[in-house]
Amino acid sequence: MDTTLKVEDLHKKFGEVEVLKGVSLEARTGDVIAMIGSSGSGKSTLLRCINLLEIPNSGRVTVSGELIRMKALPDGTSRPEDMKQVERIRSKLAMVFQSFNLWSHRTILENVIEAPIHVLGLPRKEAIERAEALLAKVGIAEKRNFYPNHLSGGQQQRAAIARALAMEPSVLLFDEPTSALDPELVGEVLQVMRKLAEEGRTMLVVTHEMGFARDVASEIVFLHKGQIEEKGAPREVLSAPKSERLKQFLSSTRH
Amino acid sequence: MDESFSFFLSIIPTLLVAVPVTLALTFFSALIGNTLAVPVAVAALSTNPLLRYPSALYIFVMRGTPLLAQTYLIYYGLGELLPGTWVQKSFLWPYLRDGFWYAIFAFSLNTAGYTGEILRGAIMAVPKGEIEAARAYGFSKGLIFWRVTLPRAIQICLPTMTGETILLLKATSLASLITVWEVMGTARQIQKVTFRVYEPLIAAGLLYIIMVFILTRLMMIVEQRINRHRLAPV
Repeated sequence: MDTTLKVEDLHKKFGEVEVLKGVSLEARTGDVIAMIGSSGSGKSTLLRCINLLEIPNSGRVTVSGELIRMKALPDGTSRPEDMKQVERIRSKLAMVFQSFNLWSHRTILENVIEAPIHVLGLPRKEAIERAEALLAKVGIAEKRNFYPNHLSGGQQQRAAIARALAMEPSVLLFDEPTSALDPELVGEVLQVMRKLAEEGRTMLVVTHEMGFARDVASEIVFLHKGQIEEKGAPREVLSAPKSERLKQFLSSTRH
Repeated sequence: MDESFSFFLSIIPTLLVAVPVTLALTFFSALIGNTLAVPVAVAALSTNPLLRYPSALYIFVMRGTPLLAQTYLIYYGLGELLPGTWVQKSFLWPYLRDGFWYAIFAFSLNTAGYTGEILRGAIMAVPKGEIEAARAYGFSKGLIFWRVTLPRAIQICLPTMTGETILLLKATSLASLITVWEVMGTARQIQKVTFRVYEPLIAAGLLYIIMVFILTRLMMIVEQRINRHRLAPV
């Protein structure tokens, strides 16, 4: 199968702290990669370096065969050579955030059609049709004219997933999508994500939901102190961890 | 007392004629001033010192000097500079002989300073996550500003801007000092002609209160419409 996303030797420093120490990752079409690790391990930073919300100091990111062109700067950082290219690639990497980040001045429907119309240039009518189908799919069709603040956290996150799907992205990036939710709302969001995985969508999920990682992921990546400590099929990684760190991590997260 | 009251009533129609002038001064100054406030605020937030410092200075001067001084400077200053230049031959000249346009010019610049500062704060208060979401979805910088940052910032500072507009409406009375016959100027003219001090002032005050009341109501409707995302769902 083709490689949809390729990350090579990614380094990221915040000041003197090196958060990512050379991370490489590959996602083929249809892969669901769950990234686990304790807080501070760099998993969210890794995700944010892929769509350049954080600019990595060095490393290469390739999306659907297209390398994001970066220019190394003398101070050890780098910056994108062409913002237009970054914007185009970002539109193929839809992100779902921990705190939803819906545009609170727009209704749910407007949130979902916003980027397809203004970034992809989709005709309004088509964007609305697409949005309505997606809102029905995530189960909040009747909330289309509500504002985000009028919805529960779970509903907001499902709306945010619909917003991501409306871009018809190559890869879906999930940054701890259930961490800000009340426990009883986590299930409804995970259910939607399960459905997406079954459809064969390529997903990169930073998560603390071990059950989801075990059942849904095609690969689990365990990050520790900015490096990939262990990775592999969920069954192997979770039931027979090789590294000491991962054993510790798993024993502290198992309930 | 009766005689005073009937005099009071008799001057109302004369003052009413001046109401459109006051409203026009307010409307145009608010429109131009609030529009100019956008680049002022953007410049004030710029990382480029060549934009940031001039904008900060502009805001500082506009807020730090009396509006009357600004109005006089523009009216008498420009009024002295412009004649004899190309402007005198241009199509603008008929307007530039009229104190009305100088007043709008002065009030607009002043409003741009005040609202610019308010808008600067509001732009900083826009939730970072919403801007980040726009970046993550491939919005360009300009698109982020027009589609997310500015509309959100206006929502945030609208109540303050309403207050500013009311202050502006009352401040337009300063135009009377540069020969504009708005409500206050007309009241003073009546004072001079009739030698009566209080009735024209009270009548003018009454008209200002009514205008402020209507303006407040209008802005309330606008606020409700713009901030409907905060209200209970319908």
